[in-house]
Amino acid sequence: MLVLALDTATPTLVAGVARWSPESVQLLAERALPSGNRHAELLTPAVREVLAEAGVRMRDLDAVVTGLGPGPFTGLRVGIVTAAALADARDLPVVGVCSLDAVGSGARSVVTDARRKEVHWAVYGPDGARLAGPGVDRPEDAPVTDPVLGDVRFAERLGRDVTAADVTTAGLLRAATPQLAGDVPRRPLEPLYLRRPDAVPPAARKAVSQP
Amino acid sequence: MTAAQPLVLGFETSCDETGVGLVRGQTLLSDALATSMEEHERFGGVVPEIASRAHLEAMVPTVHKALSDAGVGALDVDAVAVTAGPGLTGALLVGVAAAKAYALALDVPLYGVNHLAAHVAVDELEHGRLAEPSIAMLVSGGHSSLLLVPDLTQDVQELGRTIDDAAGEAFDKVARVLGLPFPGGPPIDRAAGEGDRDAIAFPRGLTGPGDAAYDFSFSGLKTAVARWVEARQRAGEPVPVADVAAAFQEAVVDVLTAKAVRACRDHGVDHLVIGGGVAANSRLRALAQERCDAAGIVLRVPSRRLCTDNGAMVAALGSRLVEAGVTPSEIDLGADSSLPIDVVSR
Ligand SMILES: [Zn+2]
Repeated sequence: MLVLALDTATPTLVAGVARWSPESVQLLAERALPSGNRHAELLTPAVREVLAEAGVRMRDLDAVVTGLGPGPFTGLRVGIVTAAALADARDLPVVGVCSLDAVGSGARSVVTDARRKEVHWAVYGPDGARLAGPGVDRPEDAPVTDPVLGDVRFAERLGRDVTAADVTTAGLLRAATPQLAGDVPRRPLEPLYLRRPDAVPPAARKAVSQP
Repeated sequence: MTAAQPLVLGFETSCDETGVGLVRGQTLLSDALATSMEEHERFGGVVPEIASRAHLEAMVPTVHKALSDAGVGALDVDAVAVTAGPGLTGALLVGVAAAKAYALALDVPLYGVNHLAAHVAVDELEHGRLAEPSIAMLVSGGHSSLLLVPDLTQDVQELGRTIDDAAGEAFDKVARVLGLPFPGGPPIDRAAGEGDRDAIAFPRGLTGPGDAAYDFSFSGLKTAVARWVEARQRAGEPVPVADVAAAFQEAVVDVLTAKAVRACRDHGVDHLVIGGGVAANSRLRALAQERCDAAGIVLRVPSRRLCTDNGAMVAALGSRLVEAGVTPSEIDLGADSSLPIDVVSR
């Protein structure tokens, strides 16, 4: 099965094309771009590039996989809506996975930047299954255990060593395998926001004129 | 309609409406819309993060509705157009990313277009080719602009704009003062129908001899209305809501129409197009018609449904750009929250 995978939940945008089977993943092309806030500009060109490099046309694809976060909202939505639209245009199945599941493998904890001096975190057991998370907390309060993978800038506040690691195409496909294989139903393509929108109803209107 | 005319899919997500429309040539085929307005009501204004979340949820279903209403398939689409600005960045980006993905997947050209120019273009779907040059006045909750349009595909010039609140914002704020619901345009229009527009003399902003001829200001008017209402309330007198609404509405539409007609006269232009959500206001439509008739100006106003933000307006402009042979956008197109009006497409 030819699969396009993408993720915009972290400052490194990922797009890749792979040949997937329940037993193995053969990576055909991948881009990992440090893109900060420029996911919207860079994602579609990256998708086009990996397709060209892999010699795969849109019409050859069998499925699209996307990370659902958690991650900064604006970039996250760019990735998810791109995956949804690419798949819809070609009538392909689209599979969403927790982006943290796509960082590293086996027993580990993963932390990524949640902004506002907080981290997104998750904890995985020896078989790679997620035991806790995804959550969003101050690094000091994140219940992670060694080894920790992800964003090394949080090592000091975590009080632990952090090994640099990013979302990868192989990681996305590994996380998507139960859904791609049809072992579990496909989850709805809903972003893992983990936070409510910042919005408060206005207080009672103040008079503009002084009594 | 001939097969040679391009089928254009248009996306609009600059504020709270998720709009997807299909146009063939200048023929409107469908105009699917989802809105998050109800979710913003209790906040008294559009909350960008809530709007962006709603755009993502609504996007694919709205595309499906547009395609099925038009009776076409995605693979029939010849070009994709999308609002690239101005608007709320996070909201714009959902539409831009979706449009780019459809364009890439369908292997068709992409046009990132200016939201304001699209408000002008939509009138062509109902009233045929725009006279060029035309004067265009766009009034909504987000914008109030007076434009000179020598060529809708590549030459749109700003004559004036609001220096403070947008016209629609003034309606929202005055509605709040009067205890009417958000958005304020429709309830004020309704209340004003029962009131006397000459009951209270509210100020007309920027209409003095030395003031900018084509700029607007509604902040002073809004404050004047609030002061007037508060004075009644302090005196323990009832507030004549219908009269206040009518007099306020008259002050807004008097200035808008006077400046639009003046812009036509000053530039020797005999066609005026009015668009944007406030163009749905019944008094604005009536007074504009009266003044244009007196001045020998042809007035064009789209039907109410097409005045507010929608995807068909973007498709309409996209269709014009295809026809004019304008170079499509690059695939690295982004969103520009303050895209200047002289950039029709990018
Ligand atoms: Zn608008």
